[in-house]
Amino acid sequence: MAVNNPPTAVTPPRDTAAIALRERAAEYLVRRHRFRWPEALPWIACIAVFFLFPDRLTFGSQVLVMVLFALSLDLILGYAGIVTLGHAAFFGLGAYTVGLGAAKLGWTEPVSGLFAAFFVASLGGFLSGYFLLRYRGLTLLMLTLATAIMLQEAGNLRSDLTGGYDGVPGLVFDPLLGRFEYDLYGHTNYIYALVVLAVVFFFVRRIVYSPFGQALTGIRENVRRMHAIGSPVHWRLVTVYTIAAGIAGIAGALFTQTNAYVTLTVFEFENSAKVMVMLILGGTGRLYGAFLGAAVYMIMEDYFSKLSPTFWQFGIGLLLVLAVLFARRGVLGVFEQVGDYFAKKKGTKS
Amino acid sequence: MPQFAIIGVSILFDGLAYAMFLFITSVGLSVTMGLMGFVNLAHGAFAMAGGYIVVALTRNLGIGFVPSLFIAAVLVGLISVVFERGLYRRLYKSTDLEQVLLTIGLAFMAIATATYFFGPIPKSVPLPTWLQGDINLGFRAFPTYRAFLIIVGLVLISVLWYGFEKTNIGAKIRAAVDNRRMAESVGINVDLLFTLTFALGSALAALGGGLAIQLFGLSPSFAVLYLVLFLIVVAVGGLGSLKGTLLAALVIGVIDTAGKYLYAEAGGFFIYAITVIVLLIKPAGFYGRE
Repeated sequence: MAVNNPPTAVTPPRDTAAIALRERAAEYLVRRHRFRWPEALPWIACIAVFFLFPDRLTFGSQVLVMVLFALSLDLILGYAGIVTLGHAAFFGLGAYTVGLGAAKLGWTEPVSGLFAAFFVASLGGFLSGYFLLRYRGLTLLMLTLATAIMLQEAGNLRSDLTGGYDGVPGLVFDPLLGRFEYDLYGHTNYIYALVVLAVVFFFVRRIVYSPFGQALTGIRENVRRMHAIGSPVHWRLVTVYTIAAGIAGIAGALFTQTNAYVTLTVFEFENSAKVMVMLILGGTGRLYGAFLGAAVYMIMEDYFSKLSPTFWQFGIGLLLVLAVLFARRGVLGVFEQVGDYFAKKKGTKS
Repeated sequence: MPQFAIIGVSILFDGLAYAMFLFITSVGLSVTMGLMGFVNLAHGAFAMAGGYIVVALTRNLGIGFVPSLFIAAVLVGLISVVFERGLYRRLYKSTDLEQVLLTIGLAFMAIATATYFFGPIPKSVPLPTWLQGDINLGFRAFPTYRAFLIIVGLVLISVLWYGFEKTNIGAKIRAAVDNRRMAESVGINVDLLFTLTFALGSALAALGGGLAIQLFGLSPSFAVLYLVLFLIVVAVGGLGSLKGTLLAALVIGVIDTAGKYLYAEAGGFFIYAITVIVLLIKPAGFYGRE
């Protein structure tokens, strides 16, 4: 077709090569974006839990909230490679947007509360990210950590407004969509959290497999090269940080709504560290690591900390050390390695 | 004497004592981070270990407070070599994230171990009589212990300054912080140097932990609670800089004390605000290499 077209005939090989390359890239992205059957497993598991453990759904919705929180961290840590010790800041911003909105402004409609939390937390993410993401290493760790603690201290300073460490008192939310009342066993909350998680998850999945997501992976793997090919690195990072902050805000809002209480501990370093540990244990940069990590962590914590909190703390520390030494890609990474091993064995036999 | 002057002197005195604690505990972290770029979140755990060793020696074995401090420092310094050789060494070339995770895991394990042996209730330590009571300067009485802490701090600063600036090994450390590859290529054994500074830094942390018991009490959460402050001092001062660590410890110590005297409700807000401002303007800290 290029032969019959004089204007482009001057550089036809280059054009066709570029077009072919672009098509191949698009095809690659589409191929990666295609759903594979194992991806249904976590969702089937979530639905199965609803029917198998109807009396444990309050705990179940807490797990789903943490999955969502870990998912937001995966976006910046796993894909963009931003190491932060202050991700709880955005969880807390979302949690307090909903909490204070309900307690002080009478904004008790839950779904619009999620949007408000997304907006406030992503605004916080944009403002802090714009300034902080120019830095790396220890400086970035300290800046993110200090930001989260500053929010906590500011909340404590205005404890007349926030209730300080005693929490925002008397939170009551409207029935979901004006129709579904909250029951004692948390059935409504579980389904609510699951639906929100699903919607956000497919939004995140879409981002990750887009060209923008590819650029983030590029930044994680080699910042200098991304600079060299003219990628707007800083803006890409700020964008993903803003989105991740917003999602963490939604997780925080869900936390407040499903618990009907919130205290300043949501801003704590422990909260930031905990979500990072969950993500690392599950496996970073693969979306489903957040599911597995948060679920495994929460269930183990629930079980072992009842036996002995000291034992649990020692165990999680040991688990972290072992994960860093032997399983750097988390539980999912171990699965993949085992899978690769068997695939190789098969290959050599046939 | 007018009221504001008394408050001012009190802030300076308490702030100075606090700054000495921060300096003693953080200086090792600063130099090891400067040397290897290793993010060691278990540093607070070494300080905590020092504190508990002092508690065990004084309470259970009846050894005096000051000798206990020395024994704790030496013991923790030796133990830290095992950790450095066995664990840390494997991760020098790893990412920040992996170092953060390994050391935070170690800190968790240390906290759990301390809780198991000593319980979660804060411990105190018996002081010799000459460290108890106050020194009265007419307008205000100052606790003898804080004066002692300031003197210990000043002595350590002079010793470290001399060691760092005037001795051969100090020159080697400075060379390695400046440019590790270059230092290695002129024949400095940076690995060995690092093990040495790591041990010394951990020993100083243990000393700081022992000295802190009287100030804040000692509970297992010490390992994480004060870690943030040590990291702030290191980041604000600049990695591997003695001068920077001292300046940062003074600034953080005095401002935190002033905040607590004058505006207690704000808690630690001021030091975090100062940290953010300093790091935004000078990302490598006061005396760090950009």
